[in-house]
Amino acid sequence: MDELDKKMIDGFQRGVPLVERPYAAIAEKLGVSEDEVIEALKVLKENGALSRVGAVFKPNTVGHSTLAAMAVEPDRLEDVAAVVSNFDAVNHNYEREHRLNLWFVVTATDSQGVQQVIEDIEHMTGIKVLNLPMLEDYHLDLGFDLQWN
Amino acid sequence: MDDLDRAIVVATQEGLPLSLRPYDDVARSVGLEPADVINRMEKMLKSGVIRRNGVVPNHYALGYKANGMTVWDVPDDQISALGRRVGALDFVSHCYHRPRHLPDWPYNLFCMVHGRDHESVEKHTRQILMILGDAARDHRILYSTRILKKSGLRLVA
Repeated sequence: MDELDKKMIDGFQRGVPLVERPYAAIAEKLGVSEDEVIEALKVLKENGALSRVGAVFKPNTVGHSTLAAMAVEPDRLEDVAAVVSNFDAVNHNYEREHRLNLWFVVTATDSQGVQQVIEDIEHMTGIKVLNLPMLEDYHLDLGFDLQWN
Repeated sequence: MDDLDRAIVVATQEGLPLSLRPYDDVARSVGLEPADVINRMEKMLKSGVIRRNGVVPNHYALGYKANGMTVWDVPDDQISALGRRVGALDFVSHCYHRPRHLPDWPYNLFCMVHGRDHESVEKHTRQILMILGDAARDHRILYSTRILKKSGLRLVA
């Protein structure tokens, strides 16, 4: 992670202009070339430091999603997690420390699609799925303030 | 939001190409001119459909390995005001009101906290507790012990 990388991550989590050559706009502000910016972003993406470059959309703008939780007996966790992760509609699946130990996000084009996936998972595993849809979003998303050390 | 806007969301949800003119690629895939894509995205940014446009770091890869989902039981008639205050904290990456499921699940406010270690997550949780005060009747930190699947939003139109 060099100075250019840090400057891009610190300074450009928002406010990248919507213009035909956005990387040139970043380059100009940082006093480097457009190619250097593109090359550095490619490396950051390849090594996993960046998830992506682009727009962050408000949740449930296109499609519907929900947070779901299951209480799975420890000796069944591997199998149940595999069943859950195997759904394309599941894009996050975490094991967490709680009696409700499997937490995942279900996303589909509409709420019926979400409900169907939840019912399918309940049917396939025989375990109740707690459906915890977002009722209100309070996050003021300005990007994440990373502390370099 | 019309169908073309939705097509733009679908085409850009996994990120822009790292090419000289990335909106040209988006425009081609949705059948618009690049300037139209940009105009539509500008409108989505103004209306709040797009929250921000920029680089999206991967917290975990950058050393923020502790991911604590803090969950709180707060009175329903105070949750909006309190949620907005907590949601503005810079170490909180998501802050949502979600339903309780009594008796299994009494918590209605979910705030995701990222830190380099459990200690910093706990410090941040205490900062949230200071804001919530007596309104926080109960709370928990649910650490993730394993990431079993993580992929970007992938919707097809």
